Amino acid sequence: MLGVILAILICPLAAGIACFRAPARLAAGITIASGIASFGLVLALIPDAAHGALSYWSYLRADAVSGVFLLATGFLYAAVAIYAAGYLKDRAERYVRRFYLGFNVFAWAMLAAPLMSSLALLWIAVEITTVVSALLVAIEDTDGAAEAAWKYVLIASAGLGLALLATVFAYYAGAQVLGAHSNLAIAPLVSAGSRLPRTPVELAFLLAVLGYGTKVGLVPVHTWLPDAHSEAPTPVSALLSGALLATSFYAILRFYQVAAAALGSGFPRDALLAFGIASLLLASLYVFGQRDVKRLLAYSSVEHMGILAIGVSFGAPIALAGVMLHVMAHAAAKGSAFMGAGVFTVKYGTKQMAVMRDGLRLLPWSGPLFLLAIFALSAFPPFGIFRSEFEIVAGGLGSGSYAAAAVLVVLVTVAFFGLASSVTSMLLTPARDAGAAGRQEAQAAGTGPADGARADGAAVALRVRPQASGVLVPGEPSAWMVVPVLACLAALVLLGAHPPGELTTLITQAAAQVRGTP
Amino acid sequence: MNTAPGVYQGAADVIAALMLLLEFGMLRQALVRDQVRLYAAQSALISVLAIVIAADRSLPDLYALAGLSGALKVVAVPLVLRRLLGRPASEEAPGVAGSHTLSPATAVLASIGLAAFGFFCFGALHLHSPEAPALALAIAGAMVFVSFGLMIVRRDVASQAIGFFSLENAISLAALVVAAGLPLILETAFLFDLLVAVVVFAMLMRAHHTRAESLSTADLTRLRG
Repeated sequence: MLGVILAILICPLAAGIACFRAPARLAAGITIASGIASFGLVLALIPDAAHGALSYWSYLRADAVSGVFLLATGFLYAAVAIYAAGYLKDRAERYVRRFYLGFNVFAWAMLAAPLMSSLALLWIAVEITTVVSALLVAIEDTDGAAEAAWKYVLIASAGLGLALLATVFAYYAGAQVLGAHSNLAIAPLVSAGSRLPRTPVELAFLLAVLGYGTKVGLVPVHTWLPDAHSEAPTPVSALLSGALLATSFYAILRFYQVAAAALGSGFPRDALLAFGIASLLLASLYVFGQRDVKRLLAYSSVEHMGILAIGVSFGAPIALAGVMLHVMAHAAAKGSAFMGAGVFTVKYGTKQMAVMRDGLRLLPWSGPLFLLAIFALSAFPPFGIFRSEFEIVAGGLGSGSYAAAAVLVVLVTVAFFGLASSVTSMLLTPARDAGAAGRQEAQAAGTGPADGARADGAAVALRVRPQASGVLVPGEPSAWMVVPVLACLAALVLLGAHPPGELTTLITQAAAQVRGTP
Repeated sequence: MNTAPGVYQGAADVIAALMLLLEFGMLRQALVRDQVRLYAAQSALISVLAIVIAADRSLPDLYALAGLSGALKVVAVPLVLRRLLGRPASEEAPGVAGSHTLSPATAVLASIGLAAFGFFCFGALHLHSPEAPALALAIAGAMVFVSFGLMIVRRDVASQAIGFFSLENAISLAALVVAAGLPLILETAFLFDLLVAVVVFAMLMRAHHTRAESLSTADLTRLRG
């Protein structure tokens, strides 16, 4: 399996370098090939990783937990690579080359993170995701993008500074037991268990939750997230939400394993419960009253990261299995929702939901698919999130956390109403007064029509002419932007209705590893 | 009865205290070039501390780390910052005077409070080991809080970035006093990563400066809610 792991680490990086010099169409093809190949390689890795940890050269390691996160990232990388081919078709060559360079390197860093055996290398991989994705957020070169990128890089880097401090304290704790030449490898730290000193482990865990939590989007350190998700190009928004947040959560899970082994699960579970409830509460309230469709989905991401934190805090095997499933299902659901929203922003030339009307008629494929994606995000059966949230709630009730489980159900329901009320207006309200409503919304939001037209960059500007004349013609901007949404929804149905046997084994093993009973 | 600290412990404590003073200096400075100079001086102190620890504990890896850290943080990072920010179209560009959200005196007073909070929080951890001078660790804790303060009270991209870089110096100080044995390859990777982060910070600062014709972040209020 060493060859497969090396191929996963080489493929996106090589694709990124190749794209920097390639013509736009070739760059798109290379990226699609890299995305599909990476996903295939991850699939090849899963059976072995599910049945035991694979370690190479002291620095590479794949086990069931990393397999879950690799699967989520690999799938989304492939889907979004296909989507990007349609999204970028009218963009300038130079922009496309820069985009694909950053996009592939971003995917590479996210695929590398779960393959690192050491907390130090994990931190480095997550830091690389930050610097690369900050440039991708800024790539649109608008006022909003520049502001979002600056806030993102500053806040996320400060958070990662705390995560680095957590890593230093984890080293200190490990060195007391494993010797000064410990390389912060995760497995020996977990094995050292209760022999690790308590205070540095407690401190390391809290700093890790706060530090990596900044990148996960846990409240109150989430403030960069809605800005970056809304101002980034849509393919980047999809990767940020579906894969990057999960990758950062993976880092928290690794610290959780160490903390639970050293301290018992009480302290780390309480800390995660507090952050999870705060995130879910704020996000479920903030989805109401959002005017920008990508901002709406960004707050939904905060909500789902809160659900993950709460799920881990329950500690029951079924809840942890639900968390693992939720990581994959959220990647597919949020990917499909962002990609669907991206079709709307291209079609209407704005991100303001008040302008988006009659979506079911004007976007005969993307309209219904976007509605299904929102249903999937809202945990409707038969989609994967229904199954994962059901398992998390069942785990909460089973472990005696009745109040937290009840709060989770109530707040998820509140968030559903917020999402549904916004999206049904976009899809079902007739287009007649959309222009006036949009102008009012734009004024209320403090953005003029010019800003609205620049909402998703130059691609939007190129396709916004029909709106200027007041007539939008039914039809899809590009088939490339529909197929990956369909693929995500199909994956969600598979995850919800009948997960394959190998996947079930992977999830069960991953849950057992997080629980400390492999 | 308390015994006098050894050479290593005394040197670590003195260097940590000097670094904290330089942190306050950065908070007070109004010009980017002066902040960059103070950052370079603070980084040089980190390299000196690494040499002291290397000599005291016979850790030859730390000599290499000191050299690499000095080359990157004392030379390369300030150079990158000066090249990207120090080519103003007009004379006023590198100045960030007036970017305080609080008056300088109030900001320094608030930061003294933050430093005291960090100092006593980290001091109360009682992380004792033969290798870990508790006082230097507590000062590193104080520096972490003051660098966050610097990022918060200054309303310009340059000071905020330098606040982040000095946060990294504070963490380096903590790492040297409690994790000096960290393998060189990991330390090197951290430093390389820092350099990449610096380049990205500098590119975004440059982009902001070009777009807004100022280093101020006062107008970065478009995205809310």
